[in-house]
Amino acid sequence: MSVRTLPLLFLNLGGEMLYILDQRLRAQNIPADKARKVLNDIISTMFNRKFMEELFKPQEMYSKKALRTVYDRLAHASIMRLNQASMDKLYDLMTMAFKYQVLLCPRPKDMLLVTFNHLDAIKDFIQDSPTILNQVDETFRLLTEVYGSLPAGEFQVIRQTLLLFFQDLHIRVSIFLKDKVQNSNGRFVLPVSGPVPWGTDVPGLIRMFNNKGQEVRTAQFKHGGDYVTASREGSFELYGDRVLKLGTNMYSVNRPVETHMSGASKNLASRTEENVAPNPLAKEELNLLARLMGGMEIQKGSGPEPGFRLNLFTTDEEEEQAALTRPEEFSYEVINIQATQDQQRNQELTRIMGEFAITDQPQGSTSKGDDLLTMMDEL
Amino acid sequence: MFRRESSIPLRGSAASLCNNLSVLPLPARNLTHFGVVRGASAQLLSAAPEGVPLAQRQLFAKQGAGVSPAFITQVHWCTLPFRVLVVLTSFKGIQMYEADGSVMVYWHALNSGEASPAPAMFARGIAASGQFICVGTWSGRVLVFDIPVKGPNIVLCEELTGHQAPITDIATEPTQAQDCVADMVTADDSGLLCIWRSGPEFKLLTSIPGFGVPCPSVRLWQGIVAAGYGNGKVHLYEASTGSLQVQISAHARAISALDLAPELLSAAEDTFVHLWKLSRNTESGGIEVEHCHGECVPDTQVCGARFCDPAGSSFAVTGYDLAEILRFRSV
Repeated sequence: MSVRTLPLLFLNLGGEMLYILDQRLRAQNIPADKARKVLNDIISTMFNRKFMEELFKPQEMYSKKALRTVYDRLAHASIMRLNQASMDKLYDLMTMAFKYQVLLCPRPKDMLLVTFNHLDAIKDFIQDSPTILNQVDETFRLLTEVYGSLPAGEFQVIRQTLLLFFQDLHIRVSIFLKDKVQNSNGRFVLPVSGPVPWGTDVPGLIRMFNNKGQEVRTAQFKHGGDYVTASREGSFELYGDRVLKLGTNMYSVNRPVETHMSGASKNLASRTEENVAPNPLAKEELNLLARLMGGMEIQKGSGPEPGFRLNLFTTDEEEEQAALTRPEEFSYEVINIQATQDQQRNQELTRIMGEFAITDQPQGSTSKGDDLLTMMDEL
Repeated sequence: MFRRESSIPLRGSAASLCNNLSVLPLPARNLTHFGVVRGASAQLLSAAPEGVPLAQRQLFAKQGAGVSPAFITQVHWCTLPFRVLVVLTSFKGIQMYEADGSVMVYWHALNSGEASPAPAMFARGIAASGQFICVGTWSGRVLVFDIPVKGPNIVLCEELTGHQAPITDIATEPTQAQDCVADMVTADDSGLLCIWRSGPEFKLLTSIPGFGVPCPSVRLWQGIVAAGYGNGKVHLYEASTGSLQVQISAHARAISALDLAPELLSAAEDTFVHLWKLSRNTESGGIEVEHCHGECVPDTQVCGARFCDPAGSSFAVTGYDLAEILRFRSV
């Protein structure tokens, strides 16, 4: 597929992840300085120069497994921890949100505006950190350089590649259902009203010409929708009104976000199609992943910063329940990098993995409830 | 007026591609063949008149060189004088099968040729013209394959130049009218249309410039070129002169498919399918268009649409993420 898809996929999914984490951090009343540290650390890791350089190299799309592994690492780039169930839910929300944005993009080129919306919001999160702000601006520049003058046909292929990645994903998200953006069968609502894309005319006119190119007749027809002309084009500059709302933050503190697994994707065949990837592909992907994560510099904490656990659910019981009842076909397989046979690569990967060392949980109590209490005491 | 008939279930959903439905009516056998691309595979199925699926087969994209997965861009039934072949185009190459999909008779791997790496290499755009099958590529070149009466001895005999941008679609005149010289149209991502006369050697007759918007779908019928564009417009041109006859602001999103067989069928990502009646003005000789039917497929970005019979009394539609073929019949 298009070798220019990965940066857009990564940045937009990353943006959604930050929106959700920000909402949960506030909902869970994590102290402001800790919350800010988490977001700063993750954003700083995401926009790390080496990492971005790797990301923007023309390359094939990652498999869902590989991409999920990258976000797992990214989410744990700071002092925050997520249980498997919460990480699964986070990833569900991220992917459904971006699927919605890609699907509803008026023109394929508007995916760039969606990306800019995410970056604009990210800059708001880190406005007190000039170094990280610089990194984000640098990414803006990269995006403009790579995508700024891409022809419409290529954007269309990128869009088709992304929609292939999201095909058959119909997880119901409560905030989407409430806003009537998604139907109860998990499919998104496609409105037939509102502004037409920039460069498109409102449907309804038929113009007929003679052989000299002169218009001889016009006719109207009822097209069935309720469209209006687009007011103006969104800005592709570093600063500007993007006009498009897709990609802006739709979460606010008081809106709990749930996902529903049941009755979502009935097509198990869709997963089988991905699982027939031959071995060489997995090896190649591990190489890419290693290079990418090699570029991810994890901030070593200055001093013993106590970690905390973020819960994407309202209660711990809900989180446990979700972990137990998650249907088989929706389990995200994270790549087990230790499985590789190659000795040399194994060593290198182990070294890289070492940089992602997760600080141990406090020892002591046997019951999960006590662990949580101990951790909360340390906050 | 058209009425919705029972849908034909698909094993998997349709991919978001343009022209993602191929239909081969076989009235003599009381069957209709359908072809839909899902991603790395395409589904071929045959159905009885009431839409009951009879047989189906999945074809997979051949991996070819490299480790990245191959995805299919288009599947198309090609009717030649003595045989029918199913052609798959992908990001790796071109695959041709016998009509029932049981045997692959030909594989052509794409190669980059030029020095600079392309953003993506792919084949896209398939049409049969006489004993030839023409396939478009990302570079703008159209490959012409000479197909023998039977067997796998297929030969790439010509490469047509005329386009600089990736080919989107190719259309050929289904019936050879006496005074019709032009019998093939090729379209590309820049909106350029090239009109050809086929033969042992293909000749470029005229070209219609684009206007900065891709032309994802094109049809040719009785000397009329119908072109659908990324800005929702449908244009009708006189094939012999290339002159614009009709301009329709037909859809609110990019056109994804067109068909032409007395009536014009247009489908787009705006969830709508429209039918238009074409006629010739007896005085001026110009083409006139009248809208005759519109259909909304709720919450579905239509990606394929085709008439199911030569008279245009029924048509079928596919949509992204939709695991069925929707059918409509005139009443």
